Amino acid sequence: MELGVFYILAAVIVVSGLLVVTLKNIFHSALMLILCLFGVAGIYILLHADFLAAVQVLLYVGGVTILMIFAIMVTHQLTGKKIKHYNEQPVPAGLIILSLLILLIVSITRTAFEVADKAEPMPTVAVIGRALMTDYVLPFEVVSVVLLVALIGAIVIARRD
Amino acid sequence: MATLEHYLILSAILFCIGVFGLLSRRNAVGILMSIELMFNSANINFVAFSKFINPDILTGQIFSVFVIAIAAAEAAVGLAIVVLLYRNFDIVNIDKINFMKW
Repeated sequence: MELGVFYILAAVIVVSGLLVVTLKNIFHSALMLILCLFGVAGIYILLHADFLAAVQVLLYVGGVTILMIFAIMVTHQLTGKKIKHYNEQPVPAGLIILSLLILLIVSITRTAFEVADKAEPMPTVAVIGRALMTDYVLPFEVVSVVLLVALIGAIVIARRD
Repeated sequence: MATLEHYLILSAILFCIGVFGLLSRRNAVGILMSIELMFNSANINFVAFSKFINPDILTGQIFSVFVIAIAAAEAAVGLAIVVLLYRNFDIVNIDKINFMKW
């Protein structure tokens, strides 16, 4: 049962990911990216990471991809025109990536990971919240400052002056 | 029962798709999308290791939260740069943008 759900989600992720990088229309790529990110949220649920699944849907699907669609709309020069969507290196890139994939799969299957005993699935929100406010409070504050600086920087860069 | 290797191989495939898009796309927004795919594959790895290796303290999930925050910041700055390039030079294709190369 769980394995079946995993294979369905994996198929959705891989197919939509391939479509993200191969579709001609960049707007369709953005829609496929949304589907792919939903699949990753499903993988998080399968891994008992309920908080992360919610964050994935809220931040990635609701935030980042909408931002990308905005950017596509603003810089729209793609429909109706015949332009190349690839540079001159997809074939060497594909070969290198294929060998990298084979290397990764071989090394993953040959490594013996020390898998812990199966833990009971538990709600993770309280644990993550407590960890963020105690052990990880400094990275948490730093990342909030980084986010603030990045957003102000984005406004300054894109401002029409 | 899906094992750790299943998740790691899925994440490896997703990462390779992202790298392929990064290397072969011309459109800057497409490249940013490929980077998002790579961030997601790293996140799958973090969460899978967190569940299978050390399920009690959830360090991997906390790292994933940080990765998602950094990815949001990266997307905002990257798209601002794309908009600026389009406004100043009327292009969004990366291979045309070589003004700093000599």
